[in-house]
Amino acid sequence: MVNLEIDRVSVRFALKGATVEAVNDVSLTLRPGECVALVGESGCGKTVLASALLGFLPGNAETSGSARLGDVDLLAASDHELATTVRGRRIGLIPQSPASHLTPVRTARSQLEEAARVLGGDAEKAAERAGLLPEHLDRYPHELSGGMAQRVANALALVGNPPLLIADEPTTGLDRDLVDGLLDEFRRLVDDGHAVLLITHDLAAAHKVADRIAVMYAGRIVEVGPAHEVLDNSKHPYARGLANALPERDFLPIPGQPPLLTDLPAGCAFAPRCEQATEICEDRPVLTDDPHAVACHRPC
Amino acid sequence: MLTGLGITAGYREPVITDVSLTVHPGQTVGLAGPSGSGKSTVARVLALLHKPFAGTVEIDGETVTGYRFKARQRTKIGVLFQQPRLSVDPRFTLRQAIAEPGADRVDELAEKVMLTGDLLGRRPHEVSDGQLQRACLARALALNPRYLICDEMTTMLDASTTAALVGVIRAYQQESGAGVLAISHDATLLGRWADETVRLSAPLPR
Repeated sequence: MVNLEIDRVSVRFALKGATVEAVNDVSLTLRPGECVALVGESGCGKTVLASALLGFLPGNAETSGSARLGDVDLLAASDHELATTVRGRRIGLIPQSPASHLTPVRTARSQLEEAARVLGGDAEKAAERAGLLPEHLDRYPHELSGGMAQRVANALALVGNPPLLIADEPTTGLDRDLVDGLLDEFRRLVDDGHAVLLITHDLAAAHKVADRIAVMYAGRIVEVGPAHEVLDNSKHPYARGLANALPERDFLPIPGQPPLLTDLPAGCAFAPRCEQATEICEDRPVLTDDPHAVACHRPC
Repeated sequence: MLTGLGITAGYREPVITDVSLTVHPGQTVGLAGPSGSGKSTVARVLALLHKPFAGTVEIDGETVTGYRFKARQRTKIGVLFQQPRLSVDPRFTLRQAIAEPGADRVDELAEKVMLTGDLLGRRPHEVSDGQLQRACLARALALNPRYLICDEMTTMLDASTTAALVGVIRAYQQESGAGVLAISHDATLLGRWADETVRLSAPLPR
C-alpha cells in the first residue's frame, strides 16, 4: 500500500490560437484507507485531473509536475506501462454513467470474465462482493437498471484488486437509495485499506463519505481539509458560496460565472465574483500548508 | 392549467397506470419517486412527446388530440432534460441552439440565463454541462411557454448552478405566470423548489 502523491500538476490543452489551462499547479496526497472528494462545478478541471492520472488525456494535452504512485510517475509513464501495470491493477476507474461505459453487445459476465482473466482476478468473487447475482451477469447492459449497471462497473473496477480507486461522478443519475448504497460500498472499501478519489459535484455525497474534501475552482485547489470543516466552516469564499447554495441551506447561487480557462486572471481567479476581493487579490494567493488549507488573501 | 387525467403509458408494457396530475399557472409541482417509477414517462406524456395508452392531457382547458409530431399545442410547453449534451445538436453554436425555436430574442434570452457573449459562439463540446444547460433553458423559454417541464434538469449541475437556474425559472414564472413540473429524485431540492410534491410509488417487480 502506497500513497498517491500529486505534486504541482498542471494540464494545458493547445487549441488553435488559445491555450486552455485546465489544471493549474495541483498538489494532493491520498493515503491508503482514505477517501478524498474533489468537488467543484462542471468544467473546473476535476475530470481532466483524473484523466491525467490514468493517461487518458488527448494528444494535444501538455502536462507538468508529477503524480507518483509508489515507484511509478503516472504522468511520465508510457501508455504501454500504464496499460500493463497500472490501469485495473493499481488504479480502478469507476466511471460516470456505467451503463454507457459497458460494451453494449456483450453480457456483463463476458466483460467481467475478460477483465478477470487479463488482470488475474476472480470474476465470481468480484461479482458477489459487488452485490450481483449470477442471473444479473447474464444480462446485456441495456437490460440492467442504473443500480445494477453501477454494480457491474464496481465489480469491473475491483476485479484486479487495485489499491486506489478513482470514481468520476459515480452518483450522477442514481436515486438517493442507490447513492447511499454506493457510498456505503466506498466506505467499506476505504475501511478495508483502499484509497478512493471521489470526483463529484454532489456535495452531499462528498460530505457523507469523504474524509477530506478538496474544492477546485478554475483548475486550482482553493481549499482542502477535513470534510465537515470544509463544508460547515469554509474558509474560501467560493467554497462557502458552493456550500450555501445547497437546497438545505440558502439555495442562492454564487453571483457571476467562472472565468474562461483560456483567459484566466493573473491574480485570484475567483476575485471577479468575490464580495470580499480587494487590490491584494490581484496577486495570486498560495494554498497554505495547514491540515485545513486555503488559497485566499481574505479567508472567511 | 396543465392536467393529465388517468394516464396509462409505457413502451409495450405500461410503466405508469392511471396517473392524474395537475399543474396550475404560476405553481411549481414536484414529481418524485425512485428509479423506474415512471417519472420521465409522465414528463414525456405531459410534454406531448409520448402518446399514452389511455387517459387525456388538457392544456388550459383544451384537450390534447395529437402527440409527438402531431402535437399542435407543442409550443405551449417547454422541456428541459437531464443531459444537456444529448439535447443540443453538436454542430450548433450556443447562439444557434437558443435561436432554434425562433431567432429574434437570442441576446435577451442569453442575458436571462446569464450566458455571456463569447460563450454564445462556442459549440457544445467547448462549454461545461452547466453552461450548456443554461443554453437549453434559454431555448426552452424562447417561445414563452405556458408550462415548463424539468426532467431531472439539475442532475449534472453543481449546487450553485442548480440554485441559479431555479432562480431564472422562478423569475420567468413571476413575469409570465407559467406553471412548472419539476421532476427530481432529490427530495431536499424539491422540498425547497416546489410548492407541493407528488410521489410516484416504486415499480412493481416484473
